[in-house]
Amino acid sequence: MDGFGEWIWFLLVFPGAAFAAGLGLVLSWADRKVSAMVQWRRGPPPSQPFLDVAKLLGKEVVVPATSWPAGFLAFPFAAFAAASLAAALSWHAALGLPGRAPGDLVVVLYLLAVPPLAAILGGAASGNPLGAVGASRHMVLVLGYELPLAAALLVGAFQVRTVGGGEAAAGTLSLEGIARFQALAGDAVGRPSGILALLVALLCCQAKLGLVPFDQAEADTEIAEGAFIEYSGPPLAIFRLTQAVLLAAMPALLVAVLWNGSAGTPGGRAALAGKVLLVVVLLVLVKNTNPRVRIDQALRFFWGPVTAAAALALLLARMGW
Amino acid sequence: MAETAAPFLPRALRGSPWVFHVGTSGCNNCDIEIADCLTPRFDVERFGVRLVGSPRHADVLLVSGPVSLACRRPLQETWLDMPSPRAALLVGACACSMGGYRDAYGVAGPADRVLREVEPGARIAYVPGCPPKPETIIAGLVRLLEAP
Repeated sequence: MDGFGEWIWFLLVFPGAAFAAGLGLVLSWADRKVSAMVQWRRGPPPSQPFLDVAKLLGKEVVVPATSWPAGFLAFPFAAFAAASLAAALSWHAALGLPGRAPGDLVVVLYLLAVPPLAAILGGAASGNPLGAVGASRHMVLVLGYELPLAAALLVGAFQVRTVGGGEAAAGTLSLEGIARFQALAGDAVGRPSGILALLVALLCCQAKLGLVPFDQAEADTEIAEGAFIEYSGPPLAIFRLTQAVLLAAMPALLVAVLWNGSAGTPGGRAALAGKVLLVVVLLVLVKNTNPRVRIDQALRFFWGPVTAAAALALLLARMGW
Repeated sequence: MAETAAPFLPRALRGSPWVFHVGTSGCNNCDIEIADCLTPRFDVERFGVRLVGSPRHADVLLVSGPVSLACRRPLQETWLDMPSPRAALLVGACACSMGGYRDAYGVAGPADRVLREVEPGARIAYVPGCPPKPETIIAGLVRLLEAP
């Protein structure tokens, strides 16, 4: 990518903000529809997430008297910008688009840490006690899942495979480099370490997206959406869009790093759609068949078995499994 | 006190009314019927209705029960917490007209009077019944949203 126009197109239209937000809203409809089907309901029409956002954009913005107004109103936009850039990089690699996108796995992980951070700061800036509770729970969750998520995704970079008679690993953190290596050596999930890494990453994804059983930070029946409690109108719409963008970005990232040997080919792109949908449906089914756990249980779960499993996956990957 | 003159509801809001439920000293019967609306049999999510946990996210305030003196101020605060455009749906005989609590010593008046103390032009619909059936509540919500 050289021209300024190409950059604008990449960041704002495809596969950046507009594409990721649109796809995310469609996927969030799929979430609600599948949830409804699990509960034997009809569920909302496909236009529902779009209507919700359109409605929120037309509503009044209430800024609480106890808040820090500048931060309260700015943080949603920071969250959306970071999430859509992460989505652009993930989808660029997942689709195997031509042109070199800058930014590797580390950059994407950093960008994906910004939306929870913005929720923490926004919740704290609102001055609402429940917002502060939500912010603190966000912090605990981030502490819990970031390490196993990073370790699980590193399996894609460090997995030792047999290529052309010799042993090799991707040895790069660039998303395209990992995809190119898997095109030669086969999908990372083709090996036990890859399967373990994908399972760990799916659990972390559940927490990153705030889905049950790890929705303690939003918990609308308990702390009334936590950090988002005081948000109304357009800022709330931007946070909703951010969640939609994350729903589009996370599955694409998991697939791009661990399960995307055929990136760039027409067949590979068709398979990518199926894989992303499969990941989303899996997340939704886990969400609908589990209760919310307590925040300390969630932290113990992520720092205990999940981190151990991620470390084991890395070890297996280095041993050539 | 805030006063919004235009009770007009935009089209997008009609397709996505998020509701917040306030029980103002009711007997809990209407609350159960409101919960029924969310069950698979009635499934109001078909119409985009979502029960939200914060009045800041809400478009429609569901009120059930006669408004007791202790609930008068919290009900008004909750209403003013909602961003405009907003509307109220009074569910049950008590919320509409105080029902059996008419002339009782501890009530502040029917919910519409209490809400209009802070916003005279508030958009309000009434669902009578003791308790109203879920079908009636859904019909009332549709009337509230579709009326000019």
